[in-house]
Amino acid sequence: MSDTLVLMEGIEKSFPGVHALSQARFELLSGEVHALVGENGAGKSTLMKILAGIYSKDAGHITFKNRPDVHISSPRAAQNLGISMIHQELNLMPHLTVAQNIFIGREPRRRWNFMVDDKKTNSMALDYLQMLHLELDPRIKVSELTVAKQQMVEIAKALSFNSDVLIMDEPTAALTDTEIDELFGIIRSLRQKGVGIVYISHRLEELKKIADRITVMRDGNYVNTVSAATAPIDQIISMMVGRTIYEAAPELPEANTQPIVLEVKNLNRGRLIKDVNFHLKQGEIVGFAGLMGAGRTEVARAIFGADPVDSGEIYVEGKRVHIHHPCDAVRHGIGYLSEDRKRYGLTLSMDVETNVVLASFRNFLGALGIVKRDKTRIVAQNAVEMLSIRTPSVQQKARNLSGGNQQKIVIAKWLTADTKILIFDEPTRGIDVGAKSEIYKLLNELARQGKGIIMISSELPEILRMSHRVIVMCEGRISGELNIADATQEKIMYFATQRANGGSARADVAAAD
Amino acid sequence: MEKSLPIPKNFSLSLLRSETARRLLAFGALIILIIAFSLLSENFLRFNNVIGIFIATAVNGVLALGVTFVIITGGIDLSIGTVMTFSAVMTGMFIAKWDMPIAVGVMGGILTGTLAGFTNGVLISWMRVPPFVATLGMMYVAKGLSLILSELRPIYFYDTPLFREIAMGNHFNIFGQSFDITYRGYDIPNAIWILFAAAIVGSFLLSKTILGRYTFALGSNAEATRLSGVKVNIWKTAVYTVCGTFAGLGGVLMASRLNSAQPALGQGYELDAIAAVVIGGTALTGGEGTILGTIIGAFVMSVLANGLRILSVPQEWQIVVTGAILVVVVYIDIVRRRQ
Ligand SMILES: Nc1ncnc2c1ncn2[C@@H]1O[C@H](COP(=O)(O)OP(=O)(O)OP(=O)(O)O)[C@@H](O)[C@H]1O
Ligand SMILES: [Mg+2]
Repeated sequence: MSDTLVLMEGIEKSFPGVHALSQARFELLSGEVHALVGENGAGKSTLMKILAGIYSKDAGHITFKNRPDVHISSPRAAQNLGISMIHQELNLMPHLTVAQNIFIGREPRRRWNFMVDDKKTNSMALDYLQMLHLELDPRIKVSELTVAKQQMVEIAKALSFNSDVLIMDEPTAALTDTEIDELFGIIRSLRQKGVGIVYISHRLEELKKIADRITVMRDGNYVNTVSAATAPIDQIISMMVGRTIYEAAPELPEANTQPIVLEVKNLNRGRLIKDVNFHLKQGEIVGFAGLMGAGRTEVARAIFGADPVDSGEIYVEGKRVHIHHPCDAVRHGIGYLSEDRKRYGLTLSMDVETNVVLASFRNFLGALGIVKRDKTRIVAQNAVEMLSIRTPSVQQKARNLSGGNQQKIVIAKWLTADTKILIFDEPTRGIDVGAKSEIYKLLNELARQGKGIIMISSELPEILRMSHRVIVMCEGRISGELNIADATQEKIMYFATQRANGGSARADVAAAD
Repeated sequence: MEKSLPIPKNFSLSLLRSETARRLLAFGALIILIIAFSLLSENFLRFNNVIGIFIATAVNGVLALGVTFVIITGGIDLSIGTVMTFSAVMTGMFIAKWDMPIAVGVMGGILTGTLAGFTNGVLISWMRVPPFVATLGMMYVAKGLSLILSELRPIYFYDTPLFREIAMGNHFNIFGQSFDITYRGYDIPNAIWILFAAAIVGSFLLSKTILGRYTFALGSNAEATRLSGVKVNIWKTAVYTVCGTFAGLGGVLMASRLNSAQPALGQGYELDAIAAVVIGGTALTGGEGTILGTIIGAFVMSVLANGLRILSVPQEWQIVVTGAILVVVVYIDIVRRRQ
């Protein structure tokens, strides 16, 4: 039998207004992959941050390698014990290079311990990158990488600690399938070496592939620990949400003879967008599929006026519009839910209410431009209820919400703004199963109300389930279009890999700054 | 070959965007100013005038070097101007009032700056006072202390003629041995060498040492740096301490150049230094910046001041032009980066 590496018992943690953990429990053996699941805000990240020395617990005991009641006071203390964590949010320094990021805080030193040895840093970093089969120059700045690549850098960083306990908080949320396979390979080899791995994910299908045991949390409480091999997914879901959720059968898309709400012609932007043409009808959900870096986000941002384009025409309801700035887009009834909610979607230091009404303030202005607080409050409260956002009140700062709940606020924001066209960029990334089906229901409902919806998603089942029509992109071009009736995962993947020049070029174009 | 590195279509544009370009921009501004002034006035390129420009750059340059570190962390130090004065006054107290050796006075002056910077650092990192507020407070405190210690009067170094040689002499006196530094019979004052030595030290600290690494890391993402197990408070304090030390050195140079410590001087110098840093391409948002850029920025400032004076532009208008150029340079930088 393998030994117990970590035992956390009776862990309590409160934040102002939130009882985040009560009597939480977690056990990790050496050489096991232990999945931690639960709804958004269940306390998964909080529990693991306590183990990684980022938060201090209010009460409870942590036994580490048979040492009772260890006190983990700081991230450094955790590292010294052999515990490292990959965070749910990217935690990189964009201005530093890949190698400098990996070894931050542990730079190889020269002379008087005061000079950094960049050569050595780079060559050591290269070792870890190669371990991940990552073709990446350790000397380039992290800001020049795509989100997926940045995530891989985080993983390389965590590996470089050679820890006995490795915590991964939703590591695959931004990764492509091949990258996920790569990651799983690494996880398996680490498991072989006796490392204990905590794996937090909302992609329950993944767990069957990689996890040995699964611990379920709900509302900050420990629910149960089950074996991944034998427990059916339904059972795990019902433990998570405390009820059996009704998985609506995929709604059959209706035949669509509605007028066109959005038409894009000859959109170009450098290497990122190449001659993109498509249209969107009222009440239609068009799924944008493709590999990471195919240019889907770039198209969305271009339509929304977030990036300048080289050329192209955009028509809203048949009228040519000129969108140079997001506020032009909002005025023409276009809403965009960005994939990187922290950077583009939320003002973290403001409260939930302000965030929800931010894009639609002008609907709440009274005389002299005074904001009608009572109205915004009601609207925000309704949104919180509708999307079951877990927050003590609408006055809570967005920063203090769990990752998934922050995502829901962005959605609430654009639902509140009166839009005709909604662009959802990875709407369910990092969102739990219950909320996911809520969001699906919502998308269908919005389409039924006559809104045109563009849904960018890297999860093919989601694309297939939700779209009326699928547009596939590759290297900035539209490489294929499929009616939902003809669409299959295989066909989509075929178009997604239709590279212009014989398939040797790299898929990932560095994200535009 | 398809496997080779993709060269962007508009290669020249991407070159313009690169980091070297940011320095080139300030450098370009400097060259343009020099050409313009030398065409407009034949006196501009006279040896004595050039030396004058260099000497004028020395103090502002040394201050700017220090505050470059702070600005790269995303912070600000408003106290360096009056801390410089306070250091000068302390040097004066040591040498002229308490009759200590010159070396003690110089060290005392520099360490005064170090101590002020350290205090800033502790206030900012451990006591969480915002940098703007903490250093604004220090600005007033240092100013007040300078006035109190000097009893509102300048302190002169008449009894120690050697002190003036630190900045204005043209030979080093090391361990009793004297080295003359002349170039083709021209005298080049020490202040200029000291500026370049300080720049080399600063550049070394910033690009080669652990301190420099964490300076950038803090400005880029302080929270991520903390979560990586870096003792953020210690390094932040170190950065402000370095900045204060440079201000101390600036104070000694200033006192030596004027052969006196002027307690009423100093306020406003911090803004000149910050302007030099910004012209040099360091972003106030933190995470990027270079020493070379700062030095070039400092020269832009002093060339501008000198050239306008030679052309007998009234002082008031000099200030207006300086402000306008600062904004224009930064604006061009922003436009280029957005593209
Ligand atoms: N720093 C904080 N201040 C206040 N409340 C917090 C803070 N961090 C977390 N919380 C609250 O604690 C609860 C648990 O959050 P946690 O981030 O652990 O959830 P999670 O299970 O990781 O959810 P998700 O799947 O969405 O990431 C949430 O209600 C959240 O709002
Ligand atoms: Mg979480």
